[in-house]
Order: sequence, then structure tokens, then C-alpha cells
Amino acid sequence: MSLVTEIDYGTPASKASEEVTLTIDGRPVTVPAGTSIMRAAMDGGIQVPKLCATDSVDAFGSCRLCLVEIAGRAGTPASCTTPVAPGMVVSTQTERLKQIRKGVMELYISDHPLDCLTCAANGDCELQDMAGAVGLREVRYGYDGESHTRQEKDESNPYFTFDPSKCIVCSRCVRACEEVQGTFALTIQGRGFDSKVSPGAATDDFLSSECVSCGACVQACPTATLSEKSLIEIGQPEHSVVTTCAYCGVGCSFKAEMRGEELVRMVPWKDGKANRGHSCVKGRFAWGYANHKERILKPMIRERIDQPWREVSWEVAIDRVASEFKRLQAKHGRLAIGGITSSRCTNEETYLVQKLIRGGFGNNNVDTCARVCHSPTGFGLSQAFGTSAGTQDFDSVEQSDVIVVIGANPTDAHPVFASRMKKRLRAGAKLIVIDPRRTDLVRSAHIEADYHLPLRPGTNAAILNAMAHTIVTEGLTNEAFVREFCDRDAFEYWAEFVARPENSPETVGLLSGVSPEAIRGAARLYATGGNGAIYYGLGVTEHSQGTTAVMAIANLAMVTGNLGRKGVGVNPLRGQNNVQGSCDMGSFPHELTGYRHISDDAMRGTFEALWGRKLDAEPGLRIPNMFDAAIEGTFLGLYVQGEDILQSDPNTAHVVKALSAMECVVVQDLFLNETANYAHVFLPGSTFLEKDGTFTNAERRINRVRKVMTPKNGKADWEITLDIAKAMGFPMHYDHPSQIMDEIARMTPTFAGVSYDLLEKEGSVQWPCNEKAPHGTPVMHIGGFVRGKGNFLITEYIPTDERPGPRFPLLLTTGRILSQYNVGAQTRRTDNVVWHDEDVLEIHPHDAEQRGVRDGDWVRLQSRAGETSLRAQITDRVAPGVVYTTFHHPVTQANVITTDYSDWATNCPEYKVTAVQVSPSNGPSDWQREYGEQAEHSRRILKVAAE
Amino acid sequence: MSDDGKLVMMANQIGRFYEPQRQVEPVAAIATHLRKFWDPRMRAAIIAHLDHGGAGLDIPVREAVQRLKAGA
Repeated sequence: MSLVTEIDYGTPASKASEEVTLTIDGRPVTVPAGTSIMRAAMDGGIQVPKLCATDSVDAFGSCRLCLVEIAGRAGTPASCTTPVAPGMVVSTQTERLKQIRKGVMELYISDHPLDCLTCAANGDCELQDMAGAVGLREVRYGYDGESHTRQEKDESNPYFTFDPSKCIVCSRCVRACEEVQGTFALTIQGRGFDSKVSPGAATDDFLSSECVSCGACVQACPTATLSEKSLIEIGQPEHSVVTTCAYCGVGCSFKAEMRGEELVRMVPWKDGKANRGHSCVKGRFAWGYANHKERILKPMIRERIDQPWREVSWEVAIDRVASEFKRLQAKHGRLAIGGITSSRCTNEETYLVQKLIRGGFGNNNVDTCARVCHSPTGFGLSQAFGTSAGTQDFDSVEQSDVIVVIGANPTDAHPVFASRMKKRLRAGAKLIVIDPRRTDLVRSAHIEADYHLPLRPGTNAAILNAMAHTIVTEGLTNEAFVREFCDRDAFEYWAEFVARPENSPETVGLLSGVSPEAIRGAARLYATGGNGAIYYGLGVTEHSQGTTAVMAIANLAMVTGNLGRKGVGVNPLRGQNNVQGSCDMGSFPHELTGYRHISDDAMRGTFEALWGRKLDAEPGLRIPNMFDAAIEGTFLGLYVQGEDILQSDPNTAHVVKALSAMECVVVQDLFLNETANYAHVFLPGSTFLEKDGTFTNAERRINRVRKVMTPKNGKADWEITLDIAKAMGFPMHYDHPSQIMDEIARMTPTFAGVSYDLLEKEGSVQWPCNEKAPHGTPVMHIGGFVRGKGNFLITEYIPTDERPGPRFPLLLTTGRILSQYNVGAQTRRTDNVVWHDEDVLEIHPHDAEQRGVRDGDWVRLQSRAGETSLRAQITDRVAPGVVYTTFHHPVTQANVITTDYSDWATNCPEYKVTAVQVSPSNGPSDWQREYGEQAEHSRRILKVAAE
Repeated sequence: MSDDGKLVMMANQIGRFYEPQRQVEPVAAIATHLRKFWDPRMRAAIIAHLDHGGAGLDIPVREAVQRLKAGA
């Protein structure tokens, strides 16, 4: 193994199709027009010395090291800023250039500490490399003059150090912050000799500045000025393994840079097709949970949940699982047990869990946590287009002219994709944000939404219908597209429906709180502004009309012809890393892999033949149905892999009641999560660093997860499932996850061409990947829909039954924050808590004043389902009548408040609309105190020798 | 399942989506949705609820559950 070293071409690639041939150092080189001489030289294998250039940012031309001579031209132009021209003859190494470069380096080194041997970048420092490349042997100026070498370090960021004494003011960090991340947190303060990199205002340090800790500056820095603290502590890595981040649905590729089995740092991989070399604070830095002291590494059991845990051997734990599940089935019937797969686990692990349940448990009581986030996407898009997935790749955004973001907060929840989106917006694309809250995307550095529709929570379908009304009634329909690609009758019925007065912006404006002019303006812009792309998130799906809203989005895309090419499409932003994959893998109770209904006898028969088991043709229980059945007494055993249903599912009191009613709850996780407080068997899980497999991201991209270290618990998760299956009398035989993928490919038409060998060759592929599309499918529905003709469905707005009233006059909506992830099980166990160590309640100043609430006060948040207490943050990000919080901390338990209401088609919970009241409070509620005591009591571990 | 009120509400939600659809026969579509996505014990519970009078079920949903029963 060795370090994966990527070539730095110095400047970004040109996207021109026209080619230019020139001569560099006597060699003919052909490159796309617009390429810099520096990049062309590198293409031809000639490395021009450079310091301020790197290929992730535009050329800057400040370091004067990359000068070249061009035949027939005067002077020594910078090769980074000079584009190639046909017939150009370039020399990169002449006596004159050598002297200039040596002089430049002399100046740099005269103001740089000479502590190379003890420097963290020793061996990985471009300044050091360039001193060698130009043959620097002396510094005539000496080191006694005024310099910057004794500047104080900024250690405020928990993950990286800023040491200005080593800074050469190349501005790579500043430009990376602007161009790659789009935050504009850094600047060069002062002029001439006083120039220095500054985060935010003069009084700021990195932590107090607007820096989002994405790491782009650290990656761009050519010296040790910006260095990871882990690198400073451990030393330079000696090998690296390319793998995939286990946080959000963007699915960034990273190089895990290692020293032995110790992870030194995670560096975004430039060839990663989802992230293109960028990262966020979670993937780049928040991996410390893998070694957190609270991680459980030994299996544990107990008879009752009020007992302490007992550590046992794997054999004893697995035997307990199997014997209890068999006992429950013998006593209460085949349908009395089930399991939940995880969107955080690999495709292979997910496939095995559903296989275990269908084949080993003999029922279809399998569901996935995608139930509570994007299940409406699967159903809605399958009805409209014929596939349960987004239509585009992430690269597509680069060709969008109008970007619509509905119910999503990508700068917090999908930050790496948000950076790519913001880059396109800064380049001139128009933006429509439909969200009750003024998210950062509405107005941030160099970006301002053309339209922000701050709708009342629960009115998505109405707003989307009103946009459609505008398009249809104002003659903005893309008739040619509809005629060629869509079901004509369905369109006619739908067009008549949306044209009705109840769908007009004027009517919808009254119920949604959005001005009719804004609705009409947004609709006109989307319909006429060029390539229109819709990106949406859980603010669309997690409603009683979640599926309806997904269908309404599909209708909008079809009526405007915004499908079937680059730059357009319907793009669900998936919350967790493998939401798409867990759905693809047959995790839903009614479907086998590839979204094929379990009642399909012929298809089911192929699985029966392969697995050697008769499979149930009836759909099983979905997660909320499992809870209801548990309370009823017909569902008594549950295997939960990598999911914390107690914290993440709605109406916590209901979930507690359900879990308490079960006789055998098996939790497989890294930590004793909240669900484990009600479990009888705990099986320690492995992190993404400790296993092989694949994740499928929001763009249907199948990415490899590669093992970089030995599982600390002794087993990868897929191996644990194999053990349970064997103990249940349903043995499965795989030596490596690649064999599981081979089986998935054999059984799933959309995955038929997928194999680990292909992923090695291609890096990643987007399904469908089969005979028709051997290299995958970046954009779907080109030249026609998968289902045949696009299907317009009537999307009548039906208000949710969860309505505000005198007792509960406000509407609560929930979401995420950049530094934390989902229930926080991983990120709460990292230094990310410096940015967010508690959930707070955002409340509008008017609502706060009416209730006598001041910023930072404890407030009681009550709904029909329950109550909790948290601190208030007064802000006009939310409209009057709306409050907002995150659900990252179990101490708050935001889901104590949310209700049982759910999407009509899929039972996806209605997290986004809860009628609440807010009142001053003295601190945590009685419920919180009792819950905390119960959790502490439940987490006791009795240390005994393993059997 | 014993929580009939919840099942009735869920069934009516399905009904309210399919009722205005023009390309499918609403009652058939509701019945199909229940058959394809509801676990047998949920279907049995809603049928039992209908057998006890079907309080709260909207008219097309009631008809769909009848159909479900007939086809069960």
C-alpha cells in the first residue's frame, strides 16, 4: 500500500471542446482551448514550479514562480494565467527563468521559519519542494530583518491550526473558501508587507468567524500554515485508502490517510464524482467517534431492561437472539418478529438483513429508516416516472439556469453539494427557495434568492399546485415535451384540475401566507428561465401529504419539460449516506430489491429458488405499524441494525411504549443509543472505516466503502447478520461483501452490471447499470420515461389534521444543523459540539415578546403528544407563528413533541408540522429528568468475564 | 390492530388522495393500495372495523374495504 497521490495540474480543466496544439519544451501538446500553459505543461508531463496555483481554484498569478518564456512574445508571463494558443512555442526552463525563480524563492524563504525537521508538513510541503525544484542554496538577505516568523498561532478551531508565521500569502486558502466552499470567511487583510490571512473581522479567530470548517483552506495550503491537528500530533501518513463518507447522502469520496492502522486524516478525493475534491466539517474532520470511549466493543445481554447489561461472548449473544426470536415465533406466530435495516449501513449489510428477515424469520416485517424520511419520494416518483430515485447526477447543477430548492437546507444538511450549487448561483443561475424558514441559501455571500416563498408549514402541495396553475393558465406549458413524453389524458385531467380557482396563487396565498405575486413570479421563472432543476428534502416528504407533494414536483417538471437532460430534473436530497441504497436493497416490507412488489410470484420465485426458502407474498409491517402492533401485543421481537428509532422516530412516548412492550429488542450499533435503553441484546457494530461494502448516494451513485482498519468489535456488521442467520437456521455463505454484491446484481435488473471489479475500474457507477447502460446512468429518462409515458397525478391539497388552535397556536417544524448529523450519535461524540452542543428553539421576536421570552431563556415546548424544555433563540429566520428546532440531542428529545400523523401513502411521519405552545420555563421538564435517570440506569454495565 | 381510529384515519387519507384521480377507479385504487402496502393484520383489523359498522370510514373507503374483504 502507498499514499494515493493526485496530480495537481495547477489550474482547473477547460471545458471547451475545441483543441489547441502547442509546443512546450520541444514537445507537442494538444489540450482543450482555454487551458493554461501550466496545465498544458503538466498534461505533457512537465511540472512548472508553482506556489499560488492549484487546480481546485482559478489562476491568480501572484507567486511569480511559474513564469515561462514564449517565442515571439516579450517578457516572462505567468503560465497559470496565460492560456494556450495554436502553434505557441513555450520554454519552461531557461537561464533567465531559473534566475528569476531562484530570486523569488529567496524572498519567500527569507521570511519563513527554517524549522523543516520539526514542521508538521515536513515531507508534504510545496514550499520545501519548490526550494528544491529551483535549486535554492542560499538566502542572501539573511534572517535578521523584519519578518512574520514569530506570529501567534490560532488554535481556536478544534480540528486545524493556523500558524501565520508559515504563511506565504499565496491566497490559496482565501480562494478555496470563496470558489470551492463559497463561504467567503477568509480575506487578505492589510497591504504589502502587512498582508495576512484573516478569518472574518480583525477581532475574529477561526472559531468565531464565519468559517464552516470544511477544510478546503487546509487542503489548499501549500505549507504548514493550515494543518490538521491530527497530522501535527501523529505525523505524515504512509498509505491511503479511498473510501466513502458515512455521513449525508452526498456520498463524498475521501482518502483515508493512514499510519499503520491509525487514521491520520481524511482528505477529499479529487476523483470522487460526487464531491469533486471537496468536503464538509463532518466528513473531513468528525470521525473521532470511531475511537470514542463510549463505543461498545463487546456483546451484551440482559433479561429485563431494568437490569444492568452483562458482557458475554459473541456465541452467547447470538444464541440469545436466535433462541428468543424462535421462542417468540413459536408462541406468538411467524409474524411476531421483524427487523429494521439502516441507511447508515452498506448496501450489502442492508441486503443481508432483509434476506435474513424474509428467509430466516419467514415474514416481510422489514423496514428501513428511509421510512421516516424519503419513503414518499420512492412512491411518488415511481408513480410519475416509473423509478424511485432522483433523475440527475450532481454535476448536472453546473448546467442549471434556475434552481428551485424546496424543503431542503443544503448548506447545512448536504454542504458539499450546496457548495457546488452556490458556485453555479454565483455564476448567474437564478434561485427560488420554498421554505418556511429563511435558510442560509436565501441570502448569503454573493447569493440572494430571486424568490423566497416562506410558506406556512403543511402547505407544500398547495404552493406547488399554485405554481402549476400559473404555468398552465398563462400558457407556459412545454407543449412539445408533454405531447411527446407524457400521458395525454393524464395531462388534460391534471391541467383542468390545476386551472381551477382553488389552485390559483390568489387563493393559495391566503392559506399559505405567501404573496400571490411571489408564487406567480417563481412559477414564471421556473417555466421560462432555461434549464430548471428542482432539489428537495425532508421539508417536502415529512408531511401527511409528503407523497402528494413529490408528485406535484414531478408534475411541475413534466409540464415545463425540465426532465431528460443535463441541468434539469427532480432531485431528492437524501438525508443519510445510504438512504437510496437501503431502499434499493429491498428494505421496504412490500418490495424486494429494485422496487419489485413481493406479491409478484415470478420475481419472488427467483429469490425463493436462490435462497431455498418459501417467501411470504404478503407485505409486512412498516416501522410505525410495528410500534402499533407491539402495543397491541402481536409484535414482540425486533432486530435493529444501526438505527436509533427511539430518538429519530416521532412521538417518543409512543415509541417508548412500543419498545417496552416487546420481549426481545436486539440493537446492533456503535454506542448504547437511546433505543438500546429498551433492548435486551446489544451487538457492537463496526464503523465505516472497519468494513468493505458500498453506499449509494442521492444521485444513485454506487461508491465503494473500503476497510482501512480492523473492526474494533471483532466483526463487520455483515458478519454479525450472517451469525444470526446461521443461528436462526438460515445459513448464508459469503466470504466477502463483493460476493453479496454479486448476488444483488444477479437478482436485480437495475444492478445487473454492478460488481466490485467494475467499481474498481470506474470509481463509481450510477444505477441503472446493466447491459443497456454498462457504465451506469448519470441522467435518467432521456428520450422517454422508464414507465413509458410520464404520469400527471391529481395532487389535491388536503390540510393536515394537525392544526394549531387556542391551546397550541404555533407550528413547530424541525431540521438539521451543519455540524451535527441526524440523532447526533456520531457527531455528538466529536469536537463538532463546539459549534452546537444543544438543540435550541428558534422563535420569532413577536411570538417571544408575547410570551415574555428572552433570547437564551429556557422555554417549555408543548404539543398534543408531549412536552420538553430547551433554550430559546430569538430570530426572524422563522415567520411569526412558526418555531423551529433540531433533533440532534437526546437531552432535548424533540420527538417527544412530534405526533403520529403520517403521509397517506407511506406512513412517513409528519415531523414538519406540529401544533405547539411555547411558554417560559425554569429548566428541563419532569419528563426530561425522568428520561435522563432511566437512560443512566439502563446503561449500567456489569463487568463479568466472557463465557 | 386494536387502534381502529388510527387505521380509519390512515384509510381515509388514502381515500382522499384517490377520490379525485381521473385515470383510476378510486375504490379499486384504494383497495389496491391497502392490499399492496398494509400488513395482513392491519387489513384484517380494518375489515373487522367495517364488520362492526365501519364508523368514520369515508364512503369510497368503506367500499374499498368491502372489496378487500370480498377478495381476501
